[in-house]
Amino acid sequence: MIALLTLLLLAGLFFHGVAALGVIRLPDFYARLHAVGKAETLGVILTLGAVMVWAGPSLTAVKVGFVALFLFLANPTSTHALGRAAFRLGVKPWRREPESGRE
Amino acid sequence: MTAAALFLAAAVALLLLTGVYVYRVGIGPTVFDRILGVSGFGTKTTVVLLLMGAVYERVDMFVDISLGYAILSFVGALAAARYFERSGEQR
Repeated sequence: MIALLTLLLLAGLFFHGVAALGVIRLPDFYARLHAVGKAETLGVILTLGAVMVWAGPSLTAVKVGFVALFLFLANPTSTHALGRAAFRLGVKPWRREPESGRE
Repeated sequence: MTAAALFLAAAVALLLLTGVYVYRVGIGPTVFDRILGVSGFGTKTTVVLLLMGAVYERVDMFVDISLGYAILSFVGALAAARYFERSGEQR
């Protein structure tokens, strides 16, 4: 039980950390959308899976599962809406500088 | 190590990671970076609420708050994206 919880929480925290690293390090807005839309969603699902395992088979676990399902649907939707709004407004995607890039 | 200590450690780690999003909201070059930071902050807050519910052994109470917070954060991000798409500000 504790081992399973530790495993799920560590995996979830790993993906949360990857998302945070992407948000702080990636070069432009569209790349950051990619980090938040996918890595963080997986981290949320794993972390809430730990809470579900801890709660056992009950109504509470089902509700936690619904929160995870809602975030699984809502997080990519909101990042997609943000990306579409930014693209329509003409936010430029990042390109490698021609003079500084060697290849 | 008990389960409560485990959940508390995970919640503290998530709160430390939240600082990254605050940084992005502060310096984000476009307004959409700031909205993205607020949206990610809301997602992490939802998870931290559920983890604290597991620490206090009252998940049945915290899960409703967490679901409401997730829905409000989602609608807020969509509304902000649509508003700034109309108004045309980029900073």
